Amino acid sequence: MASLKELRNRIASVKATQKITKAMQMVAAAKLRRAQLAAEAARPYAVRMESVLGNIAGSISSGPDVPLLLTGTGKDETHLLVVLTAERGLCGAFNSSITRLARERALSLMNQGKTVKIFCVGRKGHEALRRQFGKQIVEVVELRANKGVSFADAQVIADKITSMFAAGEFDIATQFFSRFQSVIAQVPTGQQLIPATFPEVAPAAAGAAATYDYEPDGAEILADLLPRNLAVQIFKALLENGASEQGARMSAMDNATRNAGDMIKKQTLTYNRTRQAMITKELIEIISGAEAL
Amino acid sequence: MATFPFELVSPERLVFSGAVSEVIVPGTEGEFGILAGHAPFVSTLKPGILTIKGEGAAKKLFVRGGFAEANPQGLSVLAETAIPLEEIKADRLAQMIKDAQEDVEDARDEATRQRRLTFLEALKSAATAIEADARHAH
Repeated sequence: MASLKELRNRIASVKATQKITKAMQMVAAAKLRRAQLAAEAARPYAVRMESVLGNIAGSISSGPDVPLLLTGTGKDETHLLVVLTAERGLCGAFNSSITRLARERALSLMNQGKTVKIFCVGRKGHEALRRQFGKQIVEVVELRANKGVSFADAQVIADKITSMFAAGEFDIATQFFSRFQSVIAQVPTGQQLIPATFPEVAPAAAGAAATYDYEPDGAEILADLLPRNLAVQIFKALLENGASEQGARMSAMDNATRNAGDMIKKQTLTYNRTRQAMITKELIEIISGAEAL
Repeated sequence: MATFPFELVSPERLVFSGAVSEVIVPGTEGEFGILAGHAPFVSTLKPGILTIKGEGAAKKLFVRGGFAEANPQGLSVLAETAIPLEEIKADRLAQMIKDAQEDVEDARDEATRQRRLTFLEALKSAATAIEADARHAH
């Protein structure tokens, strides 16, 4: 049986841990709110971008001067998986669920005999995939921890992807990130980036689109906007990821705080029992000593 | 004067939203003004100054990269960068111009070089316009 001193130390250490997890939970809650606001602020841009691109793409979907970013190379031999993860851990299953999804996709593609290349964004994803897919990882971008993502970060990633695509290094690009649903639910998602996909335009909107005037012409606008759209999609994913990460961390730390509380309760009970047992033992010794006289 | 809803959106936030009477947009093929009831129209942007005329003094913003879309519901401009002129710093502009200059030098083929050169020119003229505007204001 552990001595009283040992028990006291153990309780003190769990209490210290609990303080840390509690603080982390509160920090995550504050950051989550900010991340959610950022994600919401970015939504109008992405939505407009999608609807305009959808309109233009709908009106000129074929022809030789349509950019490859929209139509793809026509092959699906080489896949680029863009894995977006966090810089830091201690956020429950957040990082591992994204990497698991990416890993499953990579393995199934490799089984079909396709070539897989992996683009890691975020330190954690790289750490998790490095051992198994060391050869496939072609690019790693680390985001500055502790700071919110800016559009410039997304731009850097998008530029790298477009230049790789222009060099013919892959045919299809898919990004993996975690879609934020609520504090307790984050859904790891795969989204195809190249060739670009657009949500179906409502028939009424499509009718109106036919009368648009373009300056310069539609194909040129597409060539200008598609790379931008790539950056916007990545930016959106990064923001969703940011909110998901904080949400996951919040609930993970909430759990940890609760577990620490349970542990403290149990340890305190043992501590008190041991203490009482010792007192009783000492009393018995004194009484039996007195009786022996 | 008739007004129409106008939105200026950057990837990070909604910069401006409200009813205006006229907006002057720096389009790739020249500046154009949009009034209420404009025909459906999409144009890309060159770096330059976007002027919003509505109630009170005209607002001027430096915009870069993106496009403008006019439809019967109003006008929306999506710009990668949108900074009010009074907040823009001279050294930041100089940095942008320097970056653009380097891009021109780095261009691998003629078409890219030409495109980047046009971009640089537009940026330079925007910078001059901004300086002129600052002098005018003082």
